[in-house]
Amino acid sequence: MTDRRTTIKWMLAAAASMPLLNQRSWSQEVTVLPAYRGYGTDPDLTKLYRPGDVWPLTLSQAQRRTAAALCNVILPEDGRSPNAESLGVVDFIDEWVSAPYPRQTADRPIVLEGLAWMDAEALLRFEKYFAELDQSKQHAICDDICYEPNAQPKFARAAAFFTRYRDLTVGGFYSTPAGSKDLGYIGNVPLPKFEGAPPELLRKLGLGPEST
Amino acid sequence: MTSKANTKQYDVIIVGSGAAGGQTAYTLSMEGVKVLMLEAGRKYVPEQETPMFQTADQAPLRGASSPEKDFGFYDATIDGGWTVPGEPYVQSTSDPKGRFTWWRSRMLGGRTNHWGRISLRNGPYDFKPHARDGLGMDWPISYDDMAPYYDKVERLIGVYGTSEGLENTPNSSPGCLLPPPAPLVSDYLVQQRARRLGIPIVPGHRAVLTQQLDFKRSPALLHPGNLKAQKIIAEHMQQRSACIWATDCGRGCSIRANYQSTTVHLPPAVATGNLDIVTDAMVSEVVLGRNGAAKGVKYIDKHSGAERQATARVVVLAASACETARILLNSKSALFPNGLANSSGKVGRYIMDTVGSSLSGQIPLLESLPPLNEDGASGHAFYAPWWGYQDQQKGKLNFARGYHIEFGGGRRMPGAGTLHGLEHFTGGSYGKKLKEDARRYYGSFVGFDGRGEMIPNENSYCEIDPKVKDKWGIPALRFHWKWSEHETRQAAHMQKTFADIVDAMGGRVIGKVRTDGSEAIAPGGFIIHEVGGAIMGADRQTSVTNQWCQTWDVKNLFVTDGAVFASNADKNPTLTIMAVAWRAAEHIADKMKRKEL
Repeated sequence: MTDRRTTIKWMLAAAASMPLLNQRSWSQEVTVLPAYRGYGTDPDLTKLYRPGDVWPLTLSQAQRRTAAALCNVILPEDGRSPNAESLGVVDFIDEWVSAPYPRQTADRPIVLEGLAWMDAEALLRFEKYFAELDQSKQHAICDDICYEPNAQPKFARAAAFFTRYRDLTVGGFYSTPAGSKDLGYIGNVPLPKFEGAPPELLRKLGLGPEST
Repeated sequence: MTSKANTKQYDVIIVGSGAAGGQTAYTLSMEGVKVLMLEAGRKYVPEQETPMFQTADQAPLRGASSPEKDFGFYDATIDGGWTVPGEPYVQSTSDPKGRFTWWRSRMLGGRTNHWGRISLRNGPYDFKPHARDGLGMDWPISYDDMAPYYDKVERLIGVYGTSEGLENTPNSSPGCLLPPPAPLVSDYLVQQRARRLGIPIVPGHRAVLTQQLDFKRSPALLHPGNLKAQKIIAEHMQQRSACIWATDCGRGCSIRANYQSTTVHLPPAVATGNLDIVTDAMVSEVVLGRNGAAKGVKYIDKHSGAERQATARVVVLAASACETARILLNSKSALFPNGLANSSGKVGRYIMDTVGSSLSGQIPLLESLPPLNEDGASGHAFYAPWWGYQDQQKGKLNFARGYHIEFGGGRRMPGAGTLHGLEHFTGGSYGKKLKEDARRYYGSFVGFDGRGEMIPNENSYCEIDPKVKDKWGIPALRFHWKWSEHETRQAAHMQKTFADIVDAMGGRVIGKVRTDGSEAIAPGGFIIHEVGGAIMGADRQTSVTNQWCQTWDVKNLFVTDGAVFASNADKNPTLTIMAVAWRAAEHIADKMKRKEL
């Protein structure tokens, strides 16, 4: 942890002499991914895979901690489903940014730099890591970056990261059985007959075979 | 099988095992013809390999696409996609608008394992487009020639849909089609609102068994007088289950409820005892005998890397349009220095794809619906056949040919990309509000895809690259591509139409409506409907084969895949590939019985 704190202090010092952490690259922690192999063009499709099975996960414990805190802010527990971390979203994001494919390697610096920015910003504003902040302080930061069209220019890069990270969190969350259930997806079960839309719903919507 | 294949005498060699190869092999083997099929990819067993109920979280990257699985992890494509390792192809230009991307699939059954199963008949205009508007080329056959074969293919593979009596959108004979699946809420909404714009919305046609095939009546209609064939196909029809209304057809189907060559054409063909299949056999060229007739083919045994030869009385190429053209162009001899059966110079020429353009909308009326199982038959319950024939005839439109609309909404199984970009509707919500928004917006999106006719042109073709070879040493293809204004204007028309439909549904268009057709149109090859390259015609000077798919130059060499298409109607080509192949195979069997081949 000392090393990480040193790094962040270095970043903050560097930031003082720059337009606030808004340079081309935010973080020295973004490493080039080793040349891992993908699953190939003929993977076993019936096997059950977990993140890390095909290529190693690469996020550090510190990065995973920030990643978990942020995805839980984006999708927290409520009465219908647990928080994002509980549905394996951190593992999914780690798998994603560690993957040897162009789309994912393009996302890697965005996500890693963005996670570093979250901590740097938390330290700058509240002298704590993002994961250590209470909800209102986490929200104070997220409110500034949650919608790109409204973000101040100095937060433009952070807002672009947040957009990407929210999509990854949402995709990772709702593609699980528990996430799908929260949305009201009740398919992927064999049915003897397919009835389509219930007539009462169609009536309510003014739709159906005879509607014009 | 390899050793047997090398010693046995065959009547016919078929190169390729997809829609064309499968249908050709089926028809020939049912008629008692001894067939050897060579497939470049590996053996594939859908009953064992299909990920039927796997969920996204059981796949790497939640099943998202990658360059190794372009259509997502669970897509039934093996060793294929836009690029195939070790099997390059070349672009003639770096201009993105002059590029053609080539999808291949190296597996038994080829691309039929993953395709969309949309099965539309060409209509009367589609076989005689030049006669109607002076553009492109006519086929040497008419719809009336083809109608009986469309009937047969529909009866054999199982296609749902209805006969609506619409212009250039043929009816099937009674008993050929299966009942269409129940529409989704979004289907009804599109139907209601598009109809207000004068756009017809009718049940789609797909090769999915909405009920068991008619194994009592159909066998005698498919194979009159051939009791052995009737018995075999009746058994196989009973082995195929009806759809269980779950899991995406693009994964393939382990219960054989949709059409793929591996579950429908090949099992009964093998059951006749007349078909041997050799997989991992990459054909490089057709071998010509001294008499000017095809003697067989050369192929690479991909296991050993050794070159082998197979011989037969007749050679049928069904390797997919561009691969077939490549084999012909690579088959050079003193008699055919520019490639086999190429005295016309037309081999590789007139490659056509489908015009594609897409737009989607978010529809408030579909928000916050109660939980509904909308897996259905995995899409395409309805579609819009082209409605502008009369307007085009009157000169009211600035493009010559039509398109149909495929569309889909519904509460589909969530994946890695589900609900991406939601901030455009929510203003950037996160936290508990985002969870509420997700429930509200899930299932409220409808996407529209235009699929339109491309007119063949002199600037869209493939040839052999002088330098590049694949890993087997076989010279690679180089592609040339250009859309004409008929296609780009059509793509712009699609965009405007889709925006109008979204608007009529009370929805909001997602992204931008592209009014510049050259921006709106998908790149060449992108829709994976490539046909042409060895077109059929009435004149040996301007075409490669006659109406029987028989090359003009080499009597015992046939091409039964999409390469023979003289036009590429908006109707998805697979059903027509099968109908053409059936007709050609029947002709081959008939000529062989008469000792004329």
